[in-house]
Amino acid sequence: MPSLKKPDLYSYHERVRIAILFVSICFGLLIVRLFWLQVISHNKYATLAESNRIAIVPVPANRGLLIDRNGVVIGRNYSALTLEVDASQIKGNPDLLIDELAEIIHIGPRDRRNFKRALEDSRNMGTFPLRSMLTETEMARFLANRYRFPGVDVSARNFREYPYNELASHLIGYIGRVSAKDKEQMQNELEKTRGSEDPYALQRSFLPGIQYVGKIGIEQSYEKVLRGVPGYDEVEITAGGKPVRTLSSKPSVPGKNVILSIDIKLQALVEELYGKRRGAFVAIEPETGDILAFVSKPNFNPNDFVEGIDATTWKELNESKEKPLYNRPLKGIYPPASTYKPFMALAALELNKRSPEDAIADPGFFTFGNHTFRDDKIGGHGMVNMEKSIVESCDTYYYLLARDMGANMMHDFMKPLGFGQITGIDLDGEVRGVLPSTEWKKSAFKKPEQQKWFEGETISLGIGQGYNAFTILQLAHGLANVLNYGVVMKPHIAKAIEDPFTRQKELTTPKESYRIDLKPENVEIIKKAMVEVNRSGTSASSFRNAGFIAGGKTGTAQVFSLNSKIYNHATTPEFLRDHALYVAYAPNDKPKIAIALIVENSGFGAQHAAPIARKALDYYIEGKWPKEIPEWKRVP
Amino acid sequence: MEKSALAKAKSVIAYAFRGFDPHLGFIFLGLAGISFVVFLSAGQGTPVAIVDQLRNLLIAFVIMWIVSQIPPKWLEMAAIWIYGIGIALLIAVAIFGLIKKGARRWINVGIVIQPSEIMKIAVPLMLAWYFQKREGIRSAFDYLVAGLLLALPVLLIARQPDLGTALLVLAAGLYVIILAGLPWRWIVPIVVTGGVAILLLIIFSGSICAPDVNWPLIREYQKNRVCTLLDPTSDPLGRGFHTIQAIIAVGSGGFFGKGWREGTQSHLEFIPEKHTDFVFAVFAEEFGFLGNLVLILLFFALIKRGLTISMGAPTLFTRLLGGAISLIFFTYAFVNIGMVTGLLPVVGVPLPLLSYGGTALVTLGFGAGILMSIHRHRRLVQS
Repeated sequence: MPSLKKPDLYSYHERVRIAILFVSICFGLLIVRLFWLQVISHNKYATLAESNRIAIVPVPANRGLLIDRNGVVIGRNYSALTLEVDASQIKGNPDLLIDELAEIIHIGPRDRRNFKRALEDSRNMGTFPLRSMLTETEMARFLANRYRFPGVDVSARNFREYPYNELASHLIGYIGRVSAKDKEQMQNELEKTRGSEDPYALQRSFLPGIQYVGKIGIEQSYEKVLRGVPGYDEVEITAGGKPVRTLSSKPSVPGKNVILSIDIKLQALVEELYGKRRGAFVAIEPETGDILAFVSKPNFNPNDFVEGIDATTWKELNESKEKPLYNRPLKGIYPPASTYKPFMALAALELNKRSPEDAIADPGFFTFGNHTFRDDKIGGHGMVNMEKSIVESCDTYYYLLARDMGANMMHDFMKPLGFGQITGIDLDGEVRGVLPSTEWKKSAFKKPEQQKWFEGETISLGIGQGYNAFTILQLAHGLANVLNYGVVMKPHIAKAIEDPFTRQKELTTPKESYRIDLKPENVEIIKKAMVEVNRSGTSASSFRNAGFIAGGKTGTAQVFSLNSKIYNHATTPEFLRDHALYVAYAPNDKPKIAIALIVENSGFGAQHAAPIARKALDYYIEGKWPKEIPEWKRVP
Repeated sequence: MEKSALAKAKSVIAYAFRGFDPHLGFIFLGLAGISFVVFLSAGQGTPVAIVDQLRNLLIAFVIMWIVSQIPPKWLEMAAIWIYGIGIALLIAVAIFGLIKKGARRWINVGIVIQPSEIMKIAVPLMLAWYFQKREGIRSAFDYLVAGLLLALPVLLIARQPDLGTALLVLAAGLYVIILAGLPWRWIVPIVVTGGVAILLLIIFSGSICAPDVNWPLIREYQKNRVCTLLDPTSDPLGRGFHTIQAIIAVGSGGFFGKGWREGTQSHLEFIPEKHTDFVFAVFAEEFGFLGNLVLILLFFALIKRGLTISMGAPTLFTRLLGGAISLIFFTYAFVNIGMVTGLLPVVGVPLPLLSYGGTALVTLGFGAGILMSIHRHRRLVQS
């Protein structure tokens, strides 16, 4: 063995031993690393692996129904075959996929737009409807081609539907897709209630489980009741998001039904009676505060809003001069005009400013300082006492009364009746209006010369003009409060909340808000005068042959100042014409219904507003339906 | 007659396995057993069937057996030819190789092969042959020559680009040179320089990993791999995803593991390349720290046995070759596990025997066969 040298071999052995040491150190390092990962940090990684594999799939809750006081369903859900796309499985441009699908099933530009918007909002997680209400043929055609479209499927989805379309749209409102703002709000709400349930699952299921929320109307104000609680499925998923199996699930809790105080048939009749005219109509049951009808004309179709309204319809609604989206009884403020007179008369009685017999000689005008206030009967009404002032609607009587009372006294009497106040109705966005007082003027104007109250400004307040500006809701509410002898019931549209399973009802009707100290005999004097208005006064022609005794008061509100000229309906441009107002109630001995209404820019109240009230009362008191209006039918 | 037939068969078997090292054989069988069990889990959901893995394991064993029959002398004689052919093929690849995924690594010589794989064995063969030739008359100049013999293929492979394989070939060559007796005064400065460089890389990772910084000589994807290692969370859904998910798989395995075929990370497709480069993540998730200890001990036993065989080898050539092959096994195992556990950058290094892949198994079988041959022929030359 000549080649084998001892030192060489020795050196080799030494180096191998060092190599073994090196290998041991490196493997030791691996073992330390593995010990760190698998033993010391095990919990952390176990949690990460769990959250990796488990996805919470929200199960939306069925939204509660909206039902009128007689059991007619006016807001409901329907299940429809829907073409749905799993966003996580879309490869490339979604438009290409939609184009391909459109070859089999009709997909409109609106479907496409809504789908893409939902897709963007969601950052491509979740399943979204592309086309709903598939017909059987469309479904069959798709199923035959399904293999071509992974991630696309047909399933039954729940949709919100308002079966009567435009009817009662402003009070029902509508639901729409959850916006970023809605989400934030719900997040805050959720943070408050945390701890009641497994917060982890709740957090991950609650928000994604709510895809629609009420945007306006009762849908909005009773959102939490109607919504229910979404459930969830805990699903094991792959890295690609494909579900493997369901690990656990919590069923959703359906929302509760909201039973409205509205008589939808009365509502439908009034809406028909308005026809193309604009205006607001509110009917209240005085004893309870139940709103029986809440009409705002023109209206809109809430069904258009559910899946996102298309731009053309939106533009039309939004830019229309008629303002169909404007909730008139809630937000529209108008001078009450002569319908204010019964309230003024009551004030005079209660505050001992007039006795019923006190009479004035009316020359047809009233001069205060250097301004002449006209009565619309040229030559005047002659000798006028309280009853006659209401029956014939004498302005001069109230000019004098206003002067004698002063702005602040009127304000203090009218305030508890609810004029210029928030009534607290269960709809969002109520407008306060203006019940003028010297105090009000100081806060309403900026310049000192404007803040000063002029005595001349007091006079026209007496006939419901001047700064007076109330909602029709306030007018109806005020009348109901008087008819109720000062017991103020908060007006409300939702009467009860119904459990969808047990059918158990829970009344939402509040107890009386407060009481105004009114003398019943004074109220009777006013009622007697209002009955006389319909018998021999300004609206007598509208109430000829009525089968019940009804009280009423007409009003005609000026839209712009005439500057002492005589108003001519025909020559005045439409939107500057007078508003016709009317308040009414029936039956006289125990009023079941109090009404206030306005027909915008139509002219005299007696001529244009009172007939609507007569027909509404005919229906509500006697069940009589006018011949000219087609019979109203329930939608099955 | 029967008896004699039986005896004859016995003697044939005895002849076939004479000198067959039982230690190495059992370690290999143990690893193959683990490989088979893991593959039944890791192979699920992949297009690869268990029979493919069995076939590859079988081929590896056959190659191991065949190579174990070849006397080391033949290898010594063939070394320069294998190396030469390898270099020629690498040059051919550089000129008209096939491009896949942006890298020119393959060449069609009837079948498509990857010549850089050959160099993993060819380089230690060549260097061991060179030091054998220069035995007794070795000078500092010889280390320079060895360095050049090593640098040539490493550079050719690195510019394909295939940094992972280049580093493995470099490691294989360096093992031979160091085992051959490269003076410590040369080794120490190199190790220190390397250590400092890595330390600097970690310290300045923030600034040098900025997207618009280009590294000299290094491709974008290689830079990304290094940067991802330095901070996998910097891109949790992109480049860092593999590393993070692999670490989660390993960590969630815990001490005893989740149980065979119960790994959620593996079976829910969170582990990339779960039956090839990342098979360790599957193993670690399902068998836990305990399983990992067993596996690492088996690898250690394999390497230790290989080095022990090399110490008993009769010639310098066989000693260096055996030592280098053992350390190549170590490099594979260490780099792969280090990569899966986030200690090392993601380089395409399979875990010996466990990862699915024909070429790697053939190389492994070849290496193990050489070790066996050295063991078997230790006395033949000596006597």
